Amino acid sequence: MLEVEGLTARYGSIAALRGAALSVGSGEVVGLIGPNGAGKTTLLSSIAGLLSPAEGRVTFEGKDITGRSPEQLLRSGVALVPEHRRIFADLTVEENLRIGGVTVPAAKRAELLDEMAERFVVLKEKWDVPAGYLSGGEAQQLAIGRALMSAPRLLMMDEPSLGLAPVLVDLVFELIGTLRDQGRTLLVVEQNAARMLEVSDRAYVLRSGEVVASGTGRELSQRDDLFDTFVGSVVAPDEGLPAAGSPVANGAGGGTA
Amino acid sequence: MTELAQNLIDGLGRGSIYALLALGVAVVFGVMHLLNFAHGELITVGGYVALWTLGAGWSWYIVTPLIVLSAVLTSLAIERVAFSRVRGSSDFTLLLTSFGVHFVISAIFLLYVSASVKPFDRPSWVTNTYSVGPLNIEVYDTVVIVVTVLTLIGTTLLLQRTMFGLSLRAAAADFDTARLMGVRSDTVIRGAFALSGLLAGIAGVFWLMRAGSISPSAGITPMLKGVLAALIGGLGSLRGAVIGGLVLGLAEVLLRSRLPDSIASLTEGVVFLLIALLFIFRPQGLVTVKHAVRV
Ligand SMILES: Nc1ncnc2c1ncn2[C@@H]1O[C@H](COP(=O)(O)OP(=O)(O)OP(=O)(O)O)[C@@H](O)[C@H]1O
Ligand SMILES: [Mg+2]
Repeated sequence: MLEVEGLTARYGSIAALRGAALSVGSGEVVGLIGPNGAGKTTLLSSIAGLLSPAEGRVTFEGKDITGRSPEQLLRSGVALVPEHRRIFADLTVEENLRIGGVTVPAAKRAELLDEMAERFVVLKEKWDVPAGYLSGGEAQQLAIGRALMSAPRLLMMDEPSLGLAPVLVDLVFELIGTLRDQGRTLLVVEQNAARMLEVSDRAYVLRSGEVVASGTGRELSQRDDLFDTFVGSVVAPDEGLPAAGSPVANGAGGGTA
Repeated sequence: MTELAQNLIDGLGRGSIYALLALGVAVVFGVMHLLNFAHGELITVGGYVALWTLGAGWSWYIVTPLIVLSAVLTSLAIERVAFSRVRGSSDFTLLLTSFGVHFVISAIFLLYVSASVKPFDRPSWVTNTYSVGPLNIEVYDTVVIVVTVLTLIGTTLLLQRTMFGLSLRAAAADFDTARLMGVRSDTVIRGAFALSGLLAGIAGVFWLMRAGSISPSAGITPMLKGVLAALIGGLGSLRGAVIGGLVLGLAEVLLRSRLPDSIASLTEGVVFLLIALLFIFRPQGLVTVKHAVRV
């Protein structure tokens, strides 16, 4: 369904991606894991059209979508829950959801709004509250709900559990599980590698802009050479407490926000 | 007491026009981070439309919608020809571009029309007044205030109740994320320029009715008032822009009537001084916006 081949992306002269490749089949849940600065966000941003890759090709449902704008990408059926959620703080919960459905016809939008109200009970309670007042967990649910409002055929999420308390991390993974059970196609970037491997069909490991390993969760967790990627998750599964030397501990957009 | 009430009404009339101009400036700034120094040119173009159509014997009732229409079309044309090319550039580039547009449009009228001030007929009722108790109220101020209130209500409904308005607000808050939701940047930016032109057109009708004349540089004063009012209100905040316009109008009228005659002509200078003080003590303007992200 989604094919990424030889993707290279640069920030100035720094190559954040060097020929990364991956694929996601219809109905699959695919994890993308790797240390801070590996290029995970860059990869999702390039697929979503926020960045134009220097080289490589992205195809979705057989169509070449490389370098298309984010608004075109969304219309092609690919939605992204961005890193740090980026909900519209001044808009109400309902307005945030509505804007997520800006591309769908009004009748369908109303239907989806009802569906979101049902699915996310905490949001229903704060329907008319400016989203800036939501807690981290509520905001993350809103960000996911907002992306679902476009009825995407492929949903990408960038670190949905980032900065959440353990119970809320559970909630996010439960939600990913529910979406998987509904047959949705997901590509999820997660710092929480062990948890992600549990809910995904397959996963890719990205390091320094390259895919260094891929396979099922079981296959990947047995690879000793990937140890550093999983420190703080497989070895010390009580998430939220990054182990010493863990990539989570070194700041820069990750970890303890 | 009577004088104060009189000042308030006069100031609200003047401030309403500033508010419409400032709102137009703020709408464009919100989505593009562009402080549009060419905003006054929308009124200049409207002024020449008024000059030619009134000169041909048309009535103000027909000329009014034509002025508004010309402002909207000019705004869209400026976006297409100039600003669409510098989308996403630095704020400074955008600022310089808007200066460029301002000079080019003035120069076109200067070269191809005339450098002199051309008068046209004002509507007969513009100088009429009526009394309410001790107050002497201008019909003009009344019309301006009523139309402004209706325009602001309309704009609020547009922004709050329509998908376009929602897209505009989302894009002003975080342009990239709005695009991720499928909001088309062209739709939002052109829409913002159209709305800005509409608001300038309405303000322009009143401005021109009172001025009764047009010249190539006629846009400078309304532009300055609009930009200043938007700055006073806190750039990017739409509510702030409206408040800024009203505050500026009231301040001008109050100062003019309070200052001793010998320096009353310095009102403008005193207003600038007060604005300078405002920016020293509250550089973010009266209303604070948390973020306005460029394209
Ligand atoms: N806007 C930018 N300008 C310059 N360099 C950038 C920019 N964004 C990211 N980078 C660099 O590109 C590399 C990849 O960054 P990216 O954000 O894609 O990593 P990531 O895997 O998502 O990391 P994290 O786990 O911290 O989210 C890093 O070295 C980062 O410093
Ligand atoms: Mg990232």
